[in-house]
Parts: sequence; C-alpha cells; structure tokens
Amino acid sequence: MKIRVNGETREVAAQTLEALLAELDYGEGPQATALNHEFVRKEARAETRLKENDCVEIVTPRQGG
Amino acid sequence: MDRLTLYEQSFSSRLLLGTARYPSPATLAKAIEASRAEIVTVSLRREAGGMRGGETFWELVRASGARVLPNTAGCRTAKEAIVTAHMAREVFQTDWIKLEVVGDEDLLQPDPFGLVEAARVLAADGFCVFPYTTEDLSVAEKLLEAGCRVLMPWAAPIGSGRGINNLFGLRALRARFAETPLIVDAGLGAPSHAAAVMELGFDAALLNTAVARAADPVEMAQAFALAIDSGRRAYRAGLMTPRDFAEASTPVLGRAFGERSL
Repeated sequence: MKIRVNGETREVAAQTLEALLAELDYGEGPQATALNHEFVRKEARAETRLKENDCVEIVTPRQGG
Repeated sequence: MDRLTLYEQSFSSRLLLGTARYPSPATLAKAIEASRAEIVTVSLRREAGGMRGGETFWELVRASGARVLPNTAGCRTAKEAIVTAHMAREVFQTDWIKLEVVGDEDLLQPDPFGLVEAARVLAADGFCVFPYTTEDLSVAEKLLEAGCRVLMPWAAPIGSGRGINNLFGLRALRARFAETPLIVDAGLGAPSHAAAVMELGFDAALLNTAVARAADPVEMAQAFALAIDSGRRAYRAGLMTPRDFAEASTPVLGRAFGERSL
C-alpha cells in the first residue's frame, strides 16, 4: 500500500508501524514515531495498524539550539 | 554555594549550550567541555531508514555527561509542539522540554497564543516546560499560570547575535518575576552580552550560534563561561548606580595646594 513516510510517498508491505520500521531498516536506535499527527508510543507500534494514505513521521536525535 | 535550580534540579553552571551548527562533532564535544555547561539543548528531526546519524549524535551527547533539554524548534502550532514534546520525552527519557512555537518566520518570534496553549497541555501532562518567550509581562504571567516554573525570554531573535534588544523590557521582566528562574535564550552574540544579562539578575543564559559559529568555538565557549560567571558575581556583589556627574574617588580633603590653584 501507499503511505507517506517523513513527507515522501512510499510503497510498503508492512501492516503495522513496528513492521514498517523494520522494513525501512530503522534498527534499534533511538527514534520516535507519529501516525497522522498523533504520537505513537514505542510499546504501541506493534498493534498500530497502517492503512492506505497514512502519514508516518519517524524522527531521531539531532543537534538543536 | 550560588547554584542554579530548575525544576528541583541543582546546577553549578549558569550556561546552557545548544548543540547545533558546530563545524564537527568533535568540536561540539570540546565546546561542551570548555563551556562547563551541565545542560545542552537537542532536537528531533526526520531521518531516513538505514541512516544512523541520530544514534551517533545521541551517543556523543550522552558521553558529555550533560543533562539534555530537548526543544520543539520549528513547530508552528501548539499541536505540532505537543506531539514533538511527547516524541522527545520518549527518545530522550526526560520530562524537560524547551517549548518553541514559531509565530513569525523572519524573526522566529514566539507565537504567544500557541505557546501558552501548548504549555498548559504539556504541564498538565507532567512536562517541565521551559517556554521560549518574549519579554512580554502578560505572556509571562499566562505561562506561569499554565504551569511553567521557568521562563526563557529572548534577548534578540534566534541566531541574530544582536544582544539585548529591549533592555527596559528585560529589566521589567526580571523585576516583575523576582522568584522565577529566568534564562535568557537567543540573540546573545558576544560574551559581553551574556555578562550584561547576568548583571541584570537573570539566572542563566543559553548560547548556540555565537559559540558554534565562532572561528574557534572551543575558545568562545570558555569566553562565554567566564563572562557568565563574571556577570553573575557582579550581580551578587551589587553594582554601583550610574551618576550623571563625576565624583572624585581620591579623597579631596588634604589635597596639597588645597586653598588655591597655583
């Protein structure tokens, strides 16, 4: 299905947020997720199902002022 | 000991350091050390899968031993800032959040309405909110009512290096909220600017661009640390009141030829 990940349209097989992270090779590092502009806790990713046209944000630590 | 207390946490350093815009990660690490900062600001940004930039950066920050203050930089609405704060709390394992809601693209001026709205929601949700605000007294009052126990007024727009833009406003803010920790955030370009805000009685200063973009960021980090210490000491020692006319410092009485000029 087609979803948007960090602003880019992607064709993915993953059915859940957790599976999406694995499919896109995010690894075990520090990262946070949001689905359709709502925060999704790490523990909730496995049960968070994706559907067509969902918007996913995946962020990691970065320098900041 | 003259220590800085923020949300029940005590610090010896009154310099908070941003981690952005350094020429290299190694320079950032050295600048944190030279600044003696115990709190550094960090952010969250999108990263593509397979990259490990965020992880590497996070390891560097953790190795510094500094406490992190995540920001919501770039958020334009209360909603964006609230979601970002929740993501930051999970990643950085802290309730602390430097709350930024941008209201103007040119000046990166805070949007006071979105700021207060987000502060209220986040404080109620257990966050220790550090709102990036202006010197406006009414907004400050609303932020405190919303649950903030620290305020971060600007000196000048972020990255401008202009120093204190509104001396009267900052003085008024300090006087009006004498018991609230006030950290001057943004716009300080030179160590003398930082010393000046500390002499006014502000509790701490947050630096980023002025250090990171210096020709020698490590040396500049130390220069700011010294200036902030100096300004704080001067404030505690009690600065003299300026006068319009001269007042001889050397005793007048007993001057030779005191009766007349030769």
